[in-house]
Amino acid sequence: MTKMTKLLGATAVATVMGTAAYSDAHGCSADGRLNIIGNEFPAILSVAALAQACDGIEGEANLTADHQSLNVPGMSGNPAEYTAAVVANSSIVALINEDVIRPLDDLVGEYGTGISPSQLITVNGKIMAVAFMANAQTLMYREDVLNDLGIEIPTSYEDVLVAAAMIRDAGVMENPLSGAYASGWNLAQEFVNMYIGTGGEFFEAGTANANVNNAEGVEALEMMAALSEYMNPDYLTHDSNAAGAEWEAGNVAMMNMWGSRAQVLMDDEGSTPQVADNTRITAPLMVGDSGVPATTLWWDGWTVAKNISDEDAAATFIAMTHAVSPALLNDDTMDQAVWLVEGFVPQPVNEGVLSAVAAGSKPYPMVPFQGLLHTALANELADFMQGNESAEQALADVEAAYTSAAIESGFVTE
Amino acid sequence: MSVKARALPESLRFLLLAFLVLWVVLAAFPFLWTLWGSFKVEGDFFSKASWSLALTGDLTRVETGGSFTGEGYEGAWIQEEFWRSVLNTTIVCFCVVTISLTLSTLGGYALSRSNHNYAFWLLIIALMFRAMPPITLVSGYLLPFYEWNLWGRLSTTIVVLVAINQPFSLWMLTSFFRNIPKDLDESAMVDGCNRFQAFRHVIIPVMWPGVITTGLFSFLLAYNDFAVTAMLLEKDNQTMIPKIASFLGTTQTKGNVMFAVAAVISATAPLFVLILFFQRQIVSGLTAGAVKG
Amino acid sequence: MLLLIAFPIGSVIMQSLYAQHEQVIEIVENCGPFGCTKEAAVNTEATQELRDAQPLGRFVGLENYLNRGHLAVSELAEAWRLSDSWGDYGNRIMNLPFYSAIIFTLTFTFIVTPMAIGLGFAIAIAVNSASKVLRGPLIFVSLLPFIINPLVGSLVLFWMVDARGVLGHGLQWLTSDPDLSVKASTPLMWIMLMIYGVWHTAPFAFVVFYAGLQTVNQDTNEAAMIDGANRWQRVRYVTIPHIMPLVTFVALIQIMDNFRVFEPLVSFSAGAHATSLSYYIYSDLGGETRLLNSAAATSVLTIICVGILLSPVLVRTWRDFKRA
Repeated sequence: MTKMTKLLGATAVATVMGTAAYSDAHGCSADGRLNIIGNEFPAILSVAALAQACDGIEGEANLTADHQSLNVPGMSGNPAEYTAAVVANSSIVALINEDVIRPLDDLVGEYGTGISPSQLITVNGKIMAVAFMANAQTLMYREDVLNDLGIEIPTSYEDVLVAAAMIRDAGVMENPLSGAYASGWNLAQEFVNMYIGTGGEFFEAGTANANVNNAEGVEALEMMAALSEYMNPDYLTHDSNAAGAEWEAGNVAMMNMWGSRAQVLMDDEGSTPQVADNTRITAPLMVGDSGVPATTLWWDGWTVAKNISDEDAAATFIAMTHAVSPALLNDDTMDQAVWLVEGFVPQPVNEGVLSAVAAGSKPYPMVPFQGLLHTALANELADFMQGNESAEQALADVEAAYTSAAIESGFVTE
Repeated sequence: MSVKARALPESLRFLLLAFLVLWVVLAAFPFLWTLWGSFKVEGDFFSKASWSLALTGDLTRVETGGSFTGEGYEGAWIQEEFWRSVLNTTIVCFCVVTISLTLSTLGGYALSRSNHNYAFWLLIIALMFRAMPPITLVSGYLLPFYEWNLWGRLSTTIVVLVAINQPFSLWMLTSFFRNIPKDLDESAMVDGCNRFQAFRHVIIPVMWPGVITTGLFSFLLAYNDFAVTAMLLEKDNQTMIPKIASFLGTTQTKGNVMFAVAAVISATAPLFVLILFFQRQIVSGLTAGAVKG
Repeated sequence: MLLLIAFPIGSVIMQSLYAQHEQVIEIVENCGPFGCTKEAAVNTEATQELRDAQPLGRFVGLENYLNRGHLAVSELAEAWRLSDSWGDYGNRIMNLPFYSAIIFTLTFTFIVTPMAIGLGFAIAIAVNSASKVLRGPLIFVSLLPFIINPLVGSLVLFWMVDARGVLGHGLQWLTSDPDLSVKASTPLMWIMLMIYGVWHTAPFAFVVFYAGLQTVNQDTNEAAMIDGANRWQRVRYVTIPHIMPLVTFVALIQIMDNFRVFEPLVSFSAGAHATSLSYYIYSDLGGETRLLNSAAATSVLTIICVGILLSPVLVRTWRDFKRA
């Protein structure tokens, strides 16, 4: 519950007393250099554009899908090429590990009056980033299909299996389920969701030793295999783009989908009114009886480089703070994301993410070696999904692959 | 005599024709399909419902009112200023081709006429370099380039592309030059030419098919490169391919995918002109019959 | 230029012999918009000390090459001990990432290279015999598979071969199997990747051979004809020897390029069915924590494999060299 109030705090406060917050939010001037590295999608483009519009700033931005390969090299030099990096909870750890971003405590104290405390990302008590948007995977369903067959809205994956069987048996859809199950990062992400839902822990407490080859891991994999029975046979090649296309083609009745994609799937472009008008999103699904939803919460936020002059850091901080202030929000940007920005009014498309927060979902672990485990999962799980090996064998492979990567990276000693 | 010698019997001519037609269909079909699809909306061209939507264009009619739409082209060229990338690609391609042909023509000729062992080992090192996956290469370059403030410049990209391309063009031209009989320039040298004059008067006139072919591949490498240009260029001086990739993005924004399709089609048009032009150089018999050992 | 070439080779070999420093891990409290959790983090100060002491990392010798991610020596021995038949042993080997990658890579290289060369040669002969007016457009069309940008080219192809795409549907119709899906089956995916490989690389062989054919000595050809050689014999004894150095060259480049097969695997999302060495490097470098040393070791192994594969061609080149 506390988590929910924290997130919704920012939005609620602003919707209630919105006008007061606007007093000095407009206008921004800073003297120095700003160069942003980050991923490329509409929400980040809006933030970067506003930051560069700051008066007196030399603004640049390199927003690209390759940002993860560029940010560490581009921030390692002195002075660093990039003064700010837009990261998520999974990718900030690489920047912290390489020690290329600076603690923001002083800057927040001096210039950060507009930032709400719930936006601050702290690691070991030091503020390392400022979050500005949230994302999560939740259930998306077709209201007409479920209503026609008298199916309740599923709350757990077990319900989804029952509902899928009913839809298939009724001859409405051959493959009523979908999801981003593409072999690689996506499949690993689905496992992470499911494993958290079963109540599993990824590592032995206090160490970097992977611990997924256990009852929860097997349960998670078996649920994924059971779901895949109701998916298009090509599901291992379906990333979120392809899953979205399946949805828009009207082939699918239920899927676990990113909140950030909801807006695209609920508009009338690319699909028939029948599909678009009946697309609904709701809370994330449970699995088993752990009480934790089988999903992960994500934030996107910005960080400031370490190897730059204090003047540039201050200018970057001021510009980025302005970029995630209420000045950001207008009719175009409002439904681009679940903004953690004062003045944000939740839109119908944001329901999924907000209810994921309300349901007490866990954030994606911000652990230095989680990325290695994710890569190991990405490479080793497809064999199981295709029925080539047992769940235990697949999980043993994951642990072995992780261990050899973790030894090489210095997280685990032999 | 020679005309008669090349005349083919009917059956063989038919066989060759059938094969050519089959190949042309195989080679051109995906392109024509894309050309056709570039005038449709995304929901039709990338449809999971049925492939026939791309032909009938149901959603295109619903969303735009007509059976064909120029939205993809408009978005790419006007909204996203694709012409800037075209300009950058032109600069990069021109420089890469010029530099790498100059270096490899001279180097290739020298290597093909050299009996020293180091010439061979030079080729082997060039080969090793080429055998490396480009991703490893680029991730190795990133740190020093940022450090020395070389990152994000067209000139850096050109130098890297030339380096990546050099082993290939060097090998290719060495093979071509070795194909030109040694007697040709040696007899010129007996007639009193020095090495350079022999190259100038004997080799240059007959080397064009090899040079043009090599140039074509250098051009295509620079033109189609993604691994290097995506990592080494800034937004302002992006070439076409990373620009197209940015239309696709990690999460495909609606409509932008069709920008990419339209951009690819428009990027192919200048190539058509270029190849039509160079095929005349190759075919018009610049050399046919010139090399008579 | 030489620096640009020599430096990466040197640094990759160095990197492959090192591993990252031990990271000093501590448990800290992380807070964010979704509340606070106790999580592990790297103590950067303590780790920095270790880094300053050894800037290159820990020297581990050949360990990177021998671990499970690469040659997996101990896992191979273990598999040998546990397996009860050759088939079982084979399965256990295919379960190791490096070996499954190299098996696909080798299959791909050995099937695609000769087929692309053969097809390219056939197209070159056919185009060369077409009338001059047609040659320009023919060359252009033949080059299309090669020049259409692979990024979008394979995106379009990926949708075309989908079970509901135009090619996938055509295949279902041809085989009269409405459930056939290329993307769902490992053997079909391999076949499709290879067909794509041949389709994409044959134009390269074609252009080189076509340019080579322009320089075939017509005197020799006519002399052979006067001596009573038939058409096939003239191709066999005049044309092919003439373009043989080009065949060597094309084979060399194509073996090398095919061995680094990468883009089609990404664009066809084929990761579940096939991985190649380059794909493996890409996955090492693409994660949130990049495995530079592992990628370097795989790169060196790639170079060594290319060297072994090319050794016949290299020996041939060496002989040409001495003869010339």
